Amino acid sequence: MELTSNRFKQNASKALVDAQLQKALGNVEKGFIAKRQKSADALPEFDALRDNARDIKNHVLAHLDLYLEAYETKVTAAGGHVHWAETAEDARRIVLDICKRVGARTVTKGKSMITEEIALNDHLTANGIEPVETDLGEYIIQLRGEHPSHIIAPAVHLNKDQVESDFRRVHTHLDAGRDLSEPVSLLSEAREVLRQRYFAADVGITGANFLIAETGTSVIVTNEGNGDLTQTLGKVHVVVASIEKIVPTLEDTSQILRVLARSATGQDMSVYTTFSTGPKRPEDPDGPDEYHVVLLDNGRSAMLGTEYQDMLRCIRCGACMNHCPVYHAVGGHAYGSVYPGPMGAVLTPSLNGIDETGQLPNASTFCGRCEAVCPMRIPLPKMMRHWREREFERNLQPAVARYGLKAWAFFAKRPKLYRLFAGMGMPVLSMMGGASHRFRSLPLAGGWTKYRDLPAPEGKTFQQQWAERQSRKPEAA
Amino acid sequence: MDDARSTIMQKIRTAMRVSAGDAERNATVDARLSQAPKGIVPMRGQLPQPGQVDLFEEMATRFNATVSRVAGYGQVPAEVLAYLRGHNLPAAIRVGADARLGQAGWERERTLEVLHGFSDGNDLAGVSHALSGIAETGTLALESGPDNPTTINFLPEHHIVVVRAGDIRGDMEAVWEMLRGKHGKGQMPRAFNLITGPSRSGDIEQTILLGAHGPRALHIIIVE
Repeated sequence: MELTSNRFKQNASKALVDAQLQKALGNVEKGFIAKRQKSADALPEFDALRDNARDIKNHVLAHLDLYLEAYETKVTAAGGHVHWAETAEDARRIVLDICKRVGARTVTKGKSMITEEIALNDHLTANGIEPVETDLGEYIIQLRGEHPSHIIAPAVHLNKDQVESDFRRVHTHLDAGRDLSEPVSLLSEAREVLRQRYFAADVGITGANFLIAETGTSVIVTNEGNGDLTQTLGKVHVVVASIEKIVPTLEDTSQILRVLARSATGQDMSVYTTFSTGPKRPEDPDGPDEYHVVLLDNGRSAMLGTEYQDMLRCIRCGACMNHCPVYHAVGGHAYGSVYPGPMGAVLTPSLNGIDETGQLPNASTFCGRCEAVCPMRIPLPKMMRHWREREFERNLQPAVARYGLKAWAFFAKRPKLYRLFAGMGMPVLSMMGGASHRFRSLPLAGGWTKYRDLPAPEGKTFQQQWAERQSRKPEAA
Repeated sequence: MDDARSTIMQKIRTAMRVSAGDAERNATVDARLSQAPKGIVPMRGQLPQPGQVDLFEEMATRFNATVSRVAGYGQVPAEVLAYLRGHNLPAAIRVGADARLGQAGWERERTLEVLHGFSDGNDLAGVSHALSGIAETGTLALESGPDNPTTINFLPEHHIVVVRAGDIRGDMEAVWEMLRGKHGKGQMPRAFNLITGPSRSGDIEQTILLGAHGPRALHIIIVE
């Protein structure tokens, strides 16, 4: 997709006045937060499991080279093939080569953010192969020519009536008079339409939630069963996964599974957790004839050993965006990147560079809810701050912001001077506020006063008032 | 291809300031892979085995499966037929080569048509036998293979799963032990499916609807 992260402000302004979008975004706040809380509360060990999940991934990252080797050995022993891809372009080429070799005309796809990251669909289409998204949300946005607005609920920006009109537009072989007023009739229609596609597809492509080094297994977690049909019915199963998806053992997988679904959808377990190890075996009546794993780096190794390493613990549950007030207000497309929300604000600059994405780490109030709910305890606000620092160091912000911050820093580092000027400024501002004690406009504060009045200061600084209070009642302290 | 592999490995090792031959790191990884430490296992499932069966039933029901219990495999065909009738389904099922199901005596139910092998997508009801049930979350554990083809888990509209009460465990970790006992450490069946309730989607306005791409209904028969 085209990266429009540096138009975040314009994108956000548009999103705020988009009535359809605002209606749809109400579902994020309404649904996800309470469901997560309820399922977390029902498991006394939830927070201890989060600690463990964090420790497991930290251990993996510290030994990533060795676990990747162990994993590769096991995949190969089970009859699978491992392909290594340094860049998105490499991964696209590898997948296309596999598809071409088996003469694929259509491929089905399970829901996968990594294939969004490498823009696989466009590449396949450009080479005459039709990709068919099978997750309901992904299918809907594919019909609309859109990209996911949420990493686990890709069509969360849409309302039912929009889906109905898309289905009527595309499914022209069905009776025009059919009743699609209920969501369940839309679901049934997608089920019927996609059923044919699974059987017709030559290749099934999925992502992976985990790659297990102990057994050479890829794991996908779904509720619909679409990823499972994709990888069972295609003649070839291709897994595309980034290198940090590795976990050591089945036990480690269990630890993280216990926090994954609870954090994502508030389920104890997603409906289907499917472990795949190699291709169809001699005695098997079903399953793919070939099993391939494309291991993608695409910038991950460059995050190791840096202040952004913790981001590689991310398991893509979406809890950070479900709890983000900025995401609630503007939705996922405004971020203009593959990964939206707080995790996207940290990951996207790592993948695409801060020059093109500097507005994303600034699209946060630093309220801290993302870190508070992150099952992997990723310090998202801290890392967004690191990106802001990088952006500042590289003079990427507008001149007014840079000089303003420099001036503020000059005084902030000199407390006596700061107090002197603040002590002088407050009475002046207080007087300027007039009888209403409010500003309708103020130089440099237009961003605020354009929408509402700014209350005038009371005349004394906080420190002055505090000192007075303390001296009035010395015993109370 | 090998170039990409060595480049990625080199990048990782440079970033982490480690070398491939570091004996201590290798030993750490080998130990973790061979010992597979358990971590935290929720207390929820730590019950005497009959209590685990009850909890399994409770949790599976909570996640929209239906559950019935029968005294032996001989009663499974009648229970399956009753389920099909109760849902106005034709008296036909798809079933794999599982010996436990094979000896259940399907021929006694003369009206029931039993099709063997994998599902081609035209079956309304499929019957599988699970390796185990996980009480913690009401989850079924199923292995691929000729006994219970994976396609039966996903293609029929109604999935009926038989599980032995004695095979039900409290937690996922106990099921990993069962798998290792059967296949050996580090070995897995081609596909291993953990299934918790019927398929569903929340992709339209975040309203949960049952019956997405997989079965619309999941019925579990516990054989005591």
